[in-house]
Amino acid sequence: MRLLAGLLMALAALPLAAQQTLPPAPYAYRQLEDPAQEAQAQELMETLRCLTCQSQSIADSDAPMAGDMRHQVRIRIAAGEEPEEIRSWLMERYGDYVSYEPVMSASTWPLFAIPLLLVLIAAAIFWRRFRKRA
Amino acid sequence: MSWRLWLPLLLFSGFLGLAAYQLTQEKDQTIESRMVGNELPYFELPSAFEGEPAVNSAYFQQGGPKLLNIWASWCLPCIAEAPQLEALKEGGAEIVGVAIRDRPEDIERFLAQHGNPYSRIGRDDLSEVQLAIGSSGVPETFVVDGEGRIRYQHIGDVRASDVPLLLEELRKAGE
Repeated sequence: MRLLAGLLMALAALPLAAQQTLPPAPYAYRQLEDPAQEAQAQELMETLRCLTCQSQSIADSDAPMAGDMRHQVRIRIAAGEEPEEIRSWLMERYGDYVSYEPVMSASTWPLFAIPLLLVLIAAAIFWRRFRKRA
Repeated sequence: MSWRLWLPLLLFSGFLGLAAYQLTQEKDQTIESRMVGNELPYFELPSAFEGEPAVNSAYFQQGGPKLLNIWASWCLPCIAEAPQLEALKEGGAEIVGVAIRDRPEDIERFLAQHGNPYSRIGRDDLSEVQLAIGSSGVPETFVVDGEGRIRYQHIGDVRASDVPLLLEELRKAGE
């Protein structure tokens, strides 16, 4: 009984915690009618970073701002915009930070170069060892 | 024993050291807007109060420089910021409010409690203006010059020490 009362109280506390009383944006949780467009939107949303929650894509986040970003993505896709146009629109505002699609730039090139270098070094070591044996 | 045997261990401890160092460093969580220096994008927001004029980008292209304050009645740091906005207003700043995902009755209640430093308030129910100007949180304050160009961004609540800085940015934007 006490447990039940506790549970009920926890439920009653929820509306207080949810301070933002405005309903979510129309397309925050509603899919587009056209499945092909929705698939495009979904793919893009999974590679856009939620700005207020960090380390989550806007597709995964329930933050109100992520919902508003999903709404933007869906209405823009529905209006015929290309996903990459929407990505660059956001990157013009928030920089690389907003995108999970890695791009090669002055600060990120070592991430691409170092693995390649390591593979080359490993190949060189193997080559020398096997040549010695033969 | 060849010294080369120690090389992997050395590399590994170097990596550990780097990771440990990075973990102790303060992480900068702010996401600066790339729109600083650019023109304020076109927007048109309904006023928070019935019968009052809308808040739009055109309004920023007339008169002198203004502050654009991204805020909301549900945002706690905005309460802390309220007296500082009042100080900015007293210092001669015109402050235009953009209320994020907010209801008129909540806005009214907030202003009745904490004062109203705003010349106009627009309702950004879908965070459209917030996204368009590259703001990633509430509150944020932008300095917009008389031609409607974004000149400066302040992230987070305005503290007492930020007031002279923002007034100076406004003055520079008016030159």
